[in-house]
Amino acid sequence: MATTIKAEHELHRRRFSRNVGLGVVLILFVGLVYGLTIAKVGTDPNDALGIPGTEASQ
Amino acid sequence: MTDIRAYERTAPQEAGFGDYFALLKPRVMSLVVFTALVGLIVAPTPVHPVVALASILFIAIGGGASGALNMWWDADIDRLMRRTQKRPIPSGRVTEGEAFAIGITLSVMAVVMLFLAANAVAAGLLAFTIFFYVCVYTMWLKRSTPQNIVIGGAAGALPPMIGWAVATGGVSVESVLMFALTFAWTPPHFWALALFVKTDYADAKVPMLTVTHGRDATRRQIFAYTLALAVVSLALGFTSIGGPAYMGVAVVLNALFITGAWGILKRSDADSEADKHAAERKFFKLSLAYLFGHFGALLVETTLAHWGLGGW
Repeated sequence: MATTIKAEHELHRRRFSRNVGLGVVLILFVGLVYGLTIAKVGTDPNDALGIPGTEASQ
Repeated sequence: MTDIRAYERTAPQEAGFGDYFALLKPRVMSLVVFTALVGLIVAPTPVHPVVALASILFIAIGGGASGALNMWWDADIDRLMRRTQKRPIPSGRVTEGEAFAIGITLSVMAVVMLFLAANAVAAGLLAFTIFFYVCVYTMWLKRSTPQNIVIGGAAGALPPMIGWAVATGGVSVESVLMFALTFAWTPPHFWALALFVKTDYADAKVPMLTVTHGRDATRRQIFAYTLALAVVSLALGFTSIGGPAYMGVAVVLNALFITGAWGILKRSDADSEADKHAAERKFFKLSLAYLFGHFGALLVETTLAHWGLGGW
């Protein structure tokens, strides 16, 4: 057995890059939606969820 | 060993993350991001930074998704043109079905998310941009008329209007003129390219102006559109987002652009072949500087306004 079959084929590397890439994109997307929610709720209580602001916030 | 090697050579190519990203036409996306960002920043209404970031990202994703749908539809002619043969589908790294699925999914997601992040006008304009680029330009005009570039250019010209709509929730003369600037810039930009990659479009039977009406007619059209472009460029300078700095940049860039177009008009095909289309290549590069220069100048004008400078 002079030659060995490599455990990690080029194909696996490509799949891994795809999985890692998609994972990173999903995490960034969750972070963005969270940030967007905070920004929307924080800046305009009347507009954010359609709930009228309290007297203090108005 | 022989068997394994044979497998390695004949195995179908599997796409990496970068191949899917390439479907979104990152270079075109950079233009979309830049012009949309300028449209958003020069608008008179301030936008929360997170909302601005999210909106620009969704505009970019929408633009990228339309690029993926364009590659899905045009895979047959992309295989024929040297410039496009290395794209993910013609090179066999991504299947047509995958490109279609990614394009549709990202299109819907981008429009819905832009609606949630900004407003209905911005989301509507983004949806119209995707529809126009994919259905009107890619599926219909590109293969049926030599005016494909002119009318299809509208899709690429909409991002600054979307950016403006994110901030203001509407459309105004400033945003329409920003649209018109990119719209009038597109024909001379692409026809200059067509003058030095002529054989590719002919091979793919795409009715580019150089093929249907000849190269001399294309030179005349480039010059005519360059003059129209100058009018739009200077008109934008007299609106609320213009000012002396913008005007200075616009005058210089238009003088260079018109001079370049005049040079192209006066050349014969023999001259062009002799120096390997040097003037056309130079004009094409100048066209990139022209657009980035104009939108950059609008940004400078807005920045100066924060210090009490800039504007009329």
